[in-house]
This record gives sequence, C-alpha cells and structure tokens, in this order.
Amino acid sequence: MSRKIFALLSLFVVLSILLTACAQQAECPECTPCPECPEEAAAPAAEEGQSRLEIVKERGKVVCGSRTDLLGFGYLDENGRNVGFDIDLCRAVAAAIFNDPEAVEFVPLTAAERGPALQTNEVDILSRNCTWTSSRDAQWGNFTVIMFYDGQGMMVRKDSGATKLEDLDGATVCVTTGTTTELNLADNFRSRGLDFTPVTFEDTASVYNAYEEGRCDAATSDKSQLAAVRAGFANPDDHVILDVTMSKEPLTPAVPQGDDQWFDIVKTVMYVLINAEELGVTSQNVDEMMNSDSPEIRRMLGVEGDFGQSDLGLSKDFAANVIRAVGNYGEIYDRYMGPNGDAFTLDRGINKLWKDGGLIYAPPLR
Amino acid sequence: MSVNTTTAEEVRPPSPPGPIRWLKKNLFSNWYNSLLTVISGVIVFFALKAVILWVFFEANWDPVTHSLKLFAVGQYPPDQLWRVGTIVCMVSFLFGVSWKVWGGTVRTFALAIALVLGVAGLLPVSMGLGLRLWFLSNPLLTAIGYQVGRTPVGKSKWVALGWVVSFFLTIILLTGIEGLPWLPPVKSGLWGGLLLTFLLAMVGIAASFPIGVALALGRQSSLPVVKAFCVLFIELVRGVPLVTVLFMASIILPLFLPEDVRIDRVLRAMMGMTLFAAAYMAENVRGGLQAIPKGQVEAAKAVGLNGFQTMALIVLPQALRLVIPAIVGQFIALFMDTTLAVIVGLMELLAVGRAVLESNVEWKLLNMEVYIFIAAIFWIFNYSMSYASRRLEAALGVGKR
Repeated sequence: MSRKIFALLSLFVVLSILLTACAQQAECPECTPCPECPEEAAAPAAEEGQSRLEIVKERGKVVCGSRTDLLGFGYLDENGRNVGFDIDLCRAVAAAIFNDPEAVEFVPLTAAERGPALQTNEVDILSRNCTWTSSRDAQWGNFTVIMFYDGQGMMVRKDSGATKLEDLDGATVCVTTGTTTELNLADNFRSRGLDFTPVTFEDTASVYNAYEEGRCDAATSDKSQLAAVRAGFANPDDHVILDVTMSKEPLTPAVPQGDDQWFDIVKTVMYVLINAEELGVTSQNVDEMMNSDSPEIRRMLGVEGDFGQSDLGLSKDFAANVIRAVGNYGEIYDRYMGPNGDAFTLDRGINKLWKDGGLIYAPPLR
Repeated sequence: MSVNTTTAEEVRPPSPPGPIRWLKKNLFSNWYNSLLTVISGVIVFFALKAVILWVFFEANWDPVTHSLKLFAVGQYPPDQLWRVGTIVCMVSFLFGVSWKVWGGTVRTFALAIALVLGVAGLLPVSMGLGLRLWFLSNPLLTAIGYQVGRTPVGKSKWVALGWVVSFFLTIILLTGIEGLPWLPPVKSGLWGGLLLTFLLAMVGIAASFPIGVALALGRQSSLPVVKAFCVLFIELVRGVPLVTVLFMASIILPLFLPEDVRIDRVLRAMMGMTLFAAAYMAENVRGGLQAIPKGQVEAAKAVGLNGFQTMALIVLPQALRLVIPAIVGQFIALFMDTTLAVIVGLMELLAVGRAVLESNVEWKLLNMEVYIFIAAIFWIFNYSMSYASRRLEAALGVGKR
C-alpha cells in the first residue's frame, strides 16, 4: 500500500516539476510556448510606430476593461454574457471597427487595477463606471466623453420626513468603507456643521441590508445605485432618495495615453451615439434613415459627405454599423435603465439630451 | 490489512446498553445535569427551528438556482461546455479504475461522486436531455472504469499514468488549440466559477509541492549561494501577506515588464499563489527533514548509496510521511486562498457570487444565501481533503511507528 502511494507521490512530483518548468518558461518572452500551459494572452508584439488601431485590427478584438458586478452598468446575464451601459459603449467601438459588437474581449478589473491597466496598455478602453477626475486624467490615460452624470445621493425612509441633509443631523449613515463615498459623506456633513455616525461595511449588499433592517437612518452611494437598490426593496415606496447631490461623478470611458488617433476614434463613436439620438436615428430605423432628406443624417450614416471617417481610419458607414449594433445613446440607456429596462428604472434626469434640458451634448459630426 | 479484523473485533469493548440507560447515564445523571440538558435542548430546538425555517421557507435561493452554470464554469462559452463535461467524465472513469486498483479511500470518493452526479441526473427539475444524460453517464463510466480495473490494465502504474495524462488533457481541452476548428482556443479570462477555483488550487498544489521540497533541500544545502537564495526567498515570501503577493503579481509586475510582454492574468495569479505556497511548503518539509535521525543518512551511506539516492530513497520518503498533516493543511489553506483572486479581478467562485448578486435587481440584497452556498461548496471540498488525508495517514501508519 505505502509503496503504491509513494509511487504515486513521485509521479506527482515529476508532473509538478514539468508544470513548474512551464510556468517559469512563460515568465520569459523568448522561450518557446509550452503546449501544456494556458495560452498566453500576450498582446501582439507592438512594432515600432504601429498605431493602436492597427494593433486592434490585427488582434481582431477590442480589449475592454470592464466590471461584472455593477447592475445596470457592467454585469452578467443568466448565460454569463457581459451586459450593461458601460459594456455597450465598448461594443459600440467594436462595431465601429469590425462591424461586430461581439468582437470585444472583456477584462474584469477591480477598482485598484483600473489605473495600472490603462497605464500598461493592457486594455484599449476602460469603460468601468469610472469617475473622471483631474488627477486620474493626468496619471492614468485620456478620458473621452462623459457618458453618464452620476452623483452621490442619500436614501432615507419616507416616514422619517427628511427632505434635505440638514434634517439628518445626528443620524447614523450606512456607507461602504474606504471609498470616496465615505469621504464625500464626511465633507458634506462637516461643511454644513452637521453631526453623523457612519456605519461602514466592506461589501455593498451588507450596507443596504443593514439599512433595510433599520440599523441606520440613511444609506449613501451613487444615485444610480441607490435607485437600483430601492427597486429591489420589498416596498420601494417606503424609501426616498433625497434631492441632494453630494458629489460630481462624471462617468467616462478612458483610453491609454499616447495615441491620439485611438483617442479620437473612441470619442467620435461616443459622439455618434449622442448625435444619433438627437437626430432620431435608432437601431430600428437606421436603414430607412439612409434615404432621409436631412443632410446631417445622410452625412452621419455615410451616404454622402464626410465627417472625418477616413482620417480616423474607419469605414465611411461605421456610424450606421454602430447604431445598427447597439442603438443610439437613448436606446442604450433605456435598454438597462429605462422604464422597462433589464436592470432597473432610473429617470434620465440630467442625463437627458441638452435640448431636453439635460447635460448630454456632443459636437456636430461634419 | 484484512488480517487485523479479527483482533480488532476481539478488543472491542462490550456493546453499550440500551438508549434509555445511555440517556440516564449521560444526560440525566443528577438534577443539575438534567436541568442543563433541558435548557440546552430548548436552545438547540429553537436554533435548529430557526435555521430550518430560514433555509427551507424564508431564504430565497433564486440567485443560486438560476445561476448554477455561472457558479460551475463562469463565463466559459456555452457552446464549448462539452469540454468541461468531457473532463468530468474522464475523472469519473479514472475514479472507477482507481477504485478497483487502489480501493480504500478512493472507493469512498468514487462512490460519492457517482452518487451525487447520478442523483443530480434523476432530479425532477427541468433540464435539457443532454445534461441529464451527461449526469447519468458519469456513474456508468465509473462502473465501466471499475470493470476496466479488473483487466490486466488495472495496474497501479497505469492508473497513476492515467491521472497524469488526464491532468494535461484537462488543460489542453480547456485552453483549446489554435487552428483546430472543433477545439477553438478559449481565453483564460472566460474561465470562472468552481472550474477556475479548482484549476487555481490544483496548479498551485501541484506546482508548489516540488518547488517547496526543492527549497527545503536548498535551505539545508552546504552550498552558500544556494542556501542564501533559499533562505532569502522563504523568509521574504513568508513575511508578506498573500494579498500583497497577488497585488504585486497583478498590478506592479506589468508596470515593470516591457511593453510587449503580457502575462496571462490567470497565470499571474497562479504564479503568485504557487510561489507563496511553496515558501510555506518548504518550511513544512524542513520540519520533516530535521526530524529524520542522522543515523538514517549514515546507514544509507554505509550501504553505498550516493547523496541523491540517500535523499530520494531514504530521507525524503520518511520526512514527507511525517509532515502529511501539515501539507494537507497547507493544501486546504491554498484552496481557500483562491478566493483572494477576487481582488485581482479573476472570476473565481466568490467573484461569481458577487456578479450574481448584481445581475438582478431583486437579488441585490440576497448576499446571505449566495455566500452560504459558496461556503457550503468550500466546506464539502475541504472536508473531503482532510478526510482523505486522515485515511492516507492511517494507511501510511503515521504516528504509529
């Protein structure tokens, strides 16, 4: 018996040494790839002067830094497919380049990893519910176009009667620990001379469970998240989200520094999404709109004129492909957060188009 | 081993008296013991009632039952799931063969796996015919394996070889081969759930063991450079938490590598975990090495074994046998440490749990159900490992000689 087991153990050792050899080989780039090892996800060797668009085309996929754990923005459906507002922005870029919204490789990133992932060019786009701040812009990469204006809000029970932050003097507030949310909370209360007791949790579900159980008077987070949480409560109408905004959170896709053409491509795709909504072009009517009389629509869809497609290195009709694949800005929004959205319902508020009184605005395509 | 049964029966104490006598003796021997029994009985009753009520009536297990695929394999492409199925079938078959050839603990595991998969295939819930057939084919394959074990192929060395080959086949099947239309490559970023947890743990265990043994030997080496390197490595890694090692591997390392060198994210985590586990393994093995009396080495030299033979045939087998409990403890710890990969963005079991919580507005607050489910999975596998280790110790007679 023990001899058999020893024989097994020694085989195990040999096998492990083989494996280790592979793991070590993978560390150095010159070694020949080892067939037993997981294929390296090495980006194609960047030749001198090769632009990111060329690299992406060679690879056949856009690498998108994303997340899988934020309902509405980046999450998984029942089949494990990446879906969400941020995810569709990446799919739009893929549709612009490859006419295929599936030509994306999603890399789930944690909050700590997003900066380095941009700095080391590991991702082509970072579309991960990321707030544009000046220091991130300076250190991480280039932020493109603000696609969602979020802000920190405060949720309270309706029967508390609170309508503004001043009503919450001395309240206990549930908040996730170690986030800017916690800092903003302290700033806002201090500047108003208010007193509060924070109740902090590591994980977001615990924050809202504690709030629902009545362990705190209020819960704070980004307004989009509060809306999602409120929708999940047994009695959503018992809770209100106060009409105060405690911080500015402009959520913006970002690209690595050092490639202006790529920066422009991603920006232009975002402009297309916004302009398409403005012009009333949707994924449903895009083919009819090809025959539209409006010169703006005809130019956008590549029927006539030009708005710089060739300078960007994209096909003349890329905008039509984008709209056909993911729809316009409003369609993307409604798909996840509209009245019958897959995730939850959130009034568009300041995320309406500029002509409807919101902040969503894009330069003209011409 | 069967020789011992008769003696074991002879020394067994007389069978205990009836249940009433037992109750009286152990629970109601005097007034305060009776009181304590009643009080704890009431507490246990209410606790059990609360737990059972919660588990069967209050808890909402929707996030778990609707996301079983995610928990099992993460985002692995649905049309390529047959590969994972094939791997499980292969394991079922090998367990069947091993059951016949090795018996003992393997039998327990083979039966348990066949039973679980077989029962899953008979469950009266809606599932595709293919899935049902796949579940049911596993016990069948175990049975076929058992029969194969009776043929001349059923030799220990062939079975061991089968396991080794299956390990490589697993990795080839999961990864795919460039250019093979029926086996397209699947990016490791799509591996997830229990599959990824298993892979991280298995590769970590398989790779850290030899590195750990090598480091332990190196630490005892008389060559100053080798010794210094091993001591430095072991003490450096042991002085740093695993979270830090993983952060280093996933965030700092890419900043230092040249632009065009990218190491797969899963591989990065595997490397970090392997090196971490190896340092601890080295110290465990060193404990075993130091427990071997000098006389063993001298005796080996006296019969003319060289240094390598002494180590491989005399010292290491004894040393490793001594530290089995510590090594298995280490493996269990490593298996649980795979959850730390969640902080470097890998979709292992815990990350899938988080994703599931965020995949439906109604599930956002059901963290209790999801985390309890994950804890149960971990408990099952960890308990199996420690059970296997106890049986292995018994078979090797640890602590008896």
